[in-house]
Amino acid sequence: MTRPAALEQRDPNTFELAPGFRPGMRVPVRLFASEKLVAELDDQVWEQAANVAALPGIVGASLCMPDAHWGYGFPIGGVAAFDLRTGVISPGGIGFDINCGMRLVRTDLRWPEVKPRLRELVDALAERVPAGPGRDGFLRCDNDEFCAVMREGAPWLVKRGFGTAEDLLHTEARGCFAGADPASVSERALERGRGQLGTLGSGNHYLEIQVLRPEGVFDASLARAFGLDREEQVVVMFHCGSRGFGHQIATDYVQQFLRAMPAKFGFEIRDRELACAPIDSQEGRDYYAAMCCAANMSFANRQLILHRVREVFSDVFGKTADALGIRTVYDVAHNTAKCERHRVDGRERELLVHRKGATRAFPPGHPELPATYQATGQPVVIGGSLETGSYVLAGVASGAKSFFSTAHGSGRTMSRHKARKLVRGHELIRQLEKRGILVRAASLSGLAEEAGLAYKSVDAVAEATEQAGLSKRVAHLVPVGNVKG
Amino acid sequence: MTEAAYEFVEGAGGDLTFVARGASLEELFTSAGEAVLAACVEDPARVEPRERFAIALAEPDCDLLLLRFLSELVFLRDARRLLLRAGALRVQDDGSARLTGELCGERIDPARHVLTHDVKAATAYGLRIEKSPAGLSVRVTLDV
Repeated sequence: MTRPAALEQRDPNTFELAPGFRPGMRVPVRLFASEKLVAELDDQVWEQAANVAALPGIVGASLCMPDAHWGYGFPIGGVAAFDLRTGVISPGGIGFDINCGMRLVRTDLRWPEVKPRLRELVDALAERVPAGPGRDGFLRCDNDEFCAVMREGAPWLVKRGFGTAEDLLHTEARGCFAGADPASVSERALERGRGQLGTLGSGNHYLEIQVLRPEGVFDASLARAFGLDREEQVVVMFHCGSRGFGHQIATDYVQQFLRAMPAKFGFEIRDRELACAPIDSQEGRDYYAAMCCAANMSFANRQLILHRVREVFSDVFGKTADALGIRTVYDVAHNTAKCERHRVDGRERELLVHRKGATRAFPPGHPELPATYQATGQPVVIGGSLETGSYVLAGVASGAKSFFSTAHGSGRTMSRHKARKLVRGHELIRQLEKRGILVRAASLSGLAEEAGLAYKSVDAVAEATEQAGLSKRVAHLVPVGNVKG
Repeated sequence: MTEAAYEFVEGAGGDLTFVARGASLEELFTSAGEAVLAACVEDPARVEPRERFAIALAEPDCDLLLLRFLSELVFLRDARRLLLRAGALRVQDDGSARLTGELCGERIDPARHVLTHDVKAATAYGLRIEKSPAGLSVRVTLDV
């Protein structure tokens, strides 16, 4: 954790490395963070962000969000926009878990009503939402149906009764990226992913019951507009992605690009995980079309999990999901590349924005936001560790400096390898239960790796995010029950 | 089959990183494959050689060949529920790189196999086979 000598502080929350930091950089590296978070930053983040700054067609800067940490290819929390004509698309700038994302769901329930039923609720969620390695989904699709999921995303499920029109309005891109083409997806990806719709996965994926305490409200007006409108309100948050389907698509295209890069595309990269293709090439277009298929599968996956959440709450409390006020606040993607219009140097341009472990955060008045959020800006969810809670924020106009991107989580500060040596899963469950957090884990060692000590302070990340002008804090949510994948 | 040699080491925070070693390419690939198995299941020794599958891969160089080999193990575990390790392998590096041989192992049995990580992928991050007086080594990052 060495602060580079060349690092310049532009303002209290913006730190920059000029293009001379490493040979070949076309743009600066820019980190939005606090002094405290800069001091905690992995050294490799600077190197990885500098590698990204050297990619062809990058526009503005290689950006790092306040939760940035060491990844592969791009750093996690890395954002980069590319010119559509001269730029590249890179699976390593998106991640293997394409459209890994968060969904926040509000209810009318208050903590005093839920507390006596918490164990029953968490047990039922753990039983009915498949979680952990090697689990099958609960919706079986044939090839034609899965191709429809790839093309249509979450709307395909809503048409079949697995959700509401409002769920789609409150999902990024209405739950469907345009441009998906199943012909660009390998048979292997189909084989790997077809049975996994409706599964949480493992790693840092989870489903959590949380409570909005009165002291957790930062902006009461925005909180009300997001449906967070009662004291001790119970909400549900979950984090998962495109499962093996997206993993295989990324695997296929990284290998294809690595084979094609030196001879065909004529550019070099510093890290093979930055394998890429020109956006304006057949290979680039094919990957984009396949990535959209995985993004749509992921939106569908989260929609299906919400259906199960509704069923479980309905069974436990003996009322319909509608009567319990179970509604999607917002569903945001973390790992994507999207064509968006942004103003750069006074001129509007269409760019391909890679966000790897970063959240889109559109401001009030943005044409892509639904009427519900035109006045507030897009709800943003920053998931914390299972010990520390999570944040809801709102997109703001000053977020233009980051292509309207913001932090996505706490950001790891300790490797899985080290966390596993320090923490025992059984012991962590016991300690958390003492603190009022009921945990059901598919893998005890996996749980140990996700202990709070492995993460930065989510409070510090959310505060720096607001101070940097990337988004505005609305509410802090406290965990009371967690199903860990 | 030769004895596998690998160790998990500090690496990118959210991922699992290992260093594998071998006196030859065959040993190195065997060790790296064993590390992937150890990332997936709590006690790899309980994975028995009940089934065998032929494998033949070709790539422009040995780094890419290893990435492809490990990706194959990840795919077969996730898509076909097979926990596999290298059987007898032959790796040739004469202008292009080729692997032939067999994988052995068994289907996941929840009664005997405690799954630990859903390995998403073997990444190409920093993957370079290095030569040393002691033989060959490679550092591999798994996305989990």
